[in-house]
Amino acid sequence: MRLSNSAVGFAIGVAVAALTTLPVTAGAADQTFGVDDGTHITMWSRAATGDRADALVQAYNASHKNHIDVTFVPTDDYQTKVGAAAAANSLPDLFSADVVFMPNWTSAGLFQDLTARIAALPFAADIAQGAITASTWDGKKYGLPFVVDLSVWMYNKKLFKEAGLDPAKPPSSLTEFAADARAVAKLGGDIHGTFFGGDCGGCGVFTWWPIAWADGEKVMNPEGTESYLNSAEMKAIYAAFRGMVDDGTALMPDSKTETGPTWTGYFPKGKIGIMPMPASLQGMANAALADADIGVAAIAGVKGGTSTFIGGDAIGISRDSKVADAAWNFLAWLESDDAQINVVAKGGNVLSRPDLASNKYSAKDPRLVLFNSVAKNGQTPFAKNFGATFNDPQGPWLVLLRDAVFGDASKIDADNKAINASLNQ
Amino acid sequence: MTPATRATPRGAGWRRRHQLVGLVYVIPTVAFVAVFFLTPLVLVARMSLSSWPLLSGDRGLNFPKNFVAIWNNQLFWPAVVFTIEYTVLVTILLIGLGLGTALLVQEVGRWVGALRTIFLLPVAVGLASASLLFWGFYSPSIGPISPILEAVGVIHQPISFLETSTSALLSTTFLIVWKFAGLYMLILLVGLQGIPDDVYEASALDGASRGQMFRYITLPLLRPSLAMALILCVTGSLLAFDQFYILTKGGPDNATVTVVQLIYREAFQRQNLGSAAAISVIVLLALLVLNAIQFRLLRDPERS
Repeated sequence: MRLSNSAVGFAIGVAVAALTTLPVTAGAADQTFGVDDGTHITMWSRAATGDRADALVQAYNASHKNHIDVTFVPTDDYQTKVGAAAAANSLPDLFSADVVFMPNWTSAGLFQDLTARIAALPFAADIAQGAITASTWDGKKYGLPFVVDLSVWMYNKKLFKEAGLDPAKPPSSLTEFAADARAVAKLGGDIHGTFFGGDCGGCGVFTWWPIAWADGEKVMNPEGTESYLNSAEMKAIYAAFRGMVDDGTALMPDSKTETGPTWTGYFPKGKIGIMPMPASLQGMANAALADADIGVAAIAGVKGGTSTFIGGDAIGISRDSKVADAAWNFLAWLESDDAQINVVAKGGNVLSRPDLASNKYSAKDPRLVLFNSVAKNGQTPFAKNFGATFNDPQGPWLVLLRDAVFGDASKIDADNKAINASLNQ
Repeated sequence: MTPATRATPRGAGWRRRHQLVGLVYVIPTVAFVAVFFLTPLVLVARMSLSSWPLLSGDRGLNFPKNFVAIWNNQLFWPAVVFTIEYTVLVTILLIGLGLGTALLVQEVGRWVGALRTIFLLPVAVGLASASLLFWGFYSPSIGPISPILEAVGVIHQPISFLETSTSALLSTTFLIVWKFAGLYMLILLVGLQGIPDDVYEASALDGASRGQMFRYITLPLLRPSLAMALILCVTGSLLAFDQFYILTKGGPDNATVTVVQLIYREAFQRQNLGSAAAISVIVLLALLVLNAIQFRLLRDPERS
């Protein structure tokens, strides 16, 4: 154990040394894009990514003449609110979107074309392409990454130790994940092996699909019109979680009743051994869970490999905005070295500029290096009817997920047909 | 005492001017009804006949596609059945408890004022806020009810308020009863206090028991108030949305999806205003028929 600890420490040391010796590129911070003349800009964002979005807006307001008035909308109501505003031509100047909803909104023409503006940015090529690809429709770019949200596994090092597991050695496959969770669950009392949002379609998408991707499997065709969610791979994933439900490793009935709003609230309470979480340390550590006890690992496949769901929010300028130049000033600043390092990296979050991944903040914390490195194997699914199929609480994906894990698993193939019907609606 | 004006002969000019003034008086009401009632009604009817995506607007008529889609919607009939079940349950509880509490607090007494206030207070809370409050109470993650009961020793396992279809329905019903029983108490209390005391005194002289008084005096004379409470309660429950949207999201396993949630889902999740409008039209027609039946059943037999 001592050997493996020091081996990991040595590896991290080498990595940090390598990263810190890289030359720091001089940013074009003095260049102004758009206008910064004291314009008031309205903006909407969803509550789920609110703390990170708010940090960016506050930093912008403090350092610019323009002022952004941001409204955080409850995540579940966000699609509705944007839809209603779009129908009434009253969208705010700027609004962000869960990247998976972007195809739906760009195809409906809710955003202004940013292709030429993005091309003029000196660091355009350095911006993570995931959110831009999701925001591209008919060859035109409508959005930029706003808040990058990756899924990782987080484990409680203290509970790992108590359960006789090596806290420096997180699981490298779903099989090991289940074994570690079972070991922690044996501690008993109010300690549980794992937890998941079992009544939350979006949670399943964000935390289970990467397991399949890590094994090199697909969940949909690239056009987003055919679902492979009844594949042998996916059935193995459902079965693994079903097993953890059946033997009490997963916290029940919470795992069955969690509809989404509180799913990230369980791990920070320090009673869960290992579970998928968004890759952010912002606001995580508290009295119940010391910062040093938060272990992170890349999501692994049933057999091995790693992947992640490259999610989070893209942001664009609405078609109804009259102050596009001022709004662009914020977007250009958002992707700049200043915002990425002094706000995003400082907050312990994933950057939308992978070229800045090695910075003064990430060098101090290997977990941040991991956050920024898992993205290279990650994916962002693309489907025009994503929300109605996968996020809708009455949608067909949640039916499949619940049949597979809690109900009649023989219905999976039939449920997948309903998903295909919804994707092609 | 005949008013003096009535004796004054009036000419045709006066009558025309009188009618004109009357017309001016009703214009605000007519405008209000036209703008806020008729226009949306016509618009919904028009939407129900059209292909009308939320994000791109009117794409032309497609009748009867939106209505045919209702029959193919697997959630529609379960939602109708669930909405009716919920309505029956809630109506029995609310009218029953409303009447019970109204009888309890109709007498003037020392504690009556406090009791009336306690029953009526939840009415002042918005339904969405109340639903959020109860969502917090019921949440296994942050809810205080289970831990408190466990600490006191009443239960040994945490209660799961929303895990099964039955518990989700009962938990929501509890919220609604808490929220609205006071309102129905108030409606029925006003009715009770409108019954003259001398009727009761006369029946007491004739030797009527309390049960007989309730059966033959209170209930018949309370009929108009009961009718109003019933119509309000049935219509309100059939249109239930907030409480289920916030508390259960229609779950678990689509067991608590109401008809209005279905309309909301069509409009905002599936972004199809046409099919949402089609369901709305069906609901509107059903409510019209139902209310007509209720009015007929509850009409005062002596006045008709």
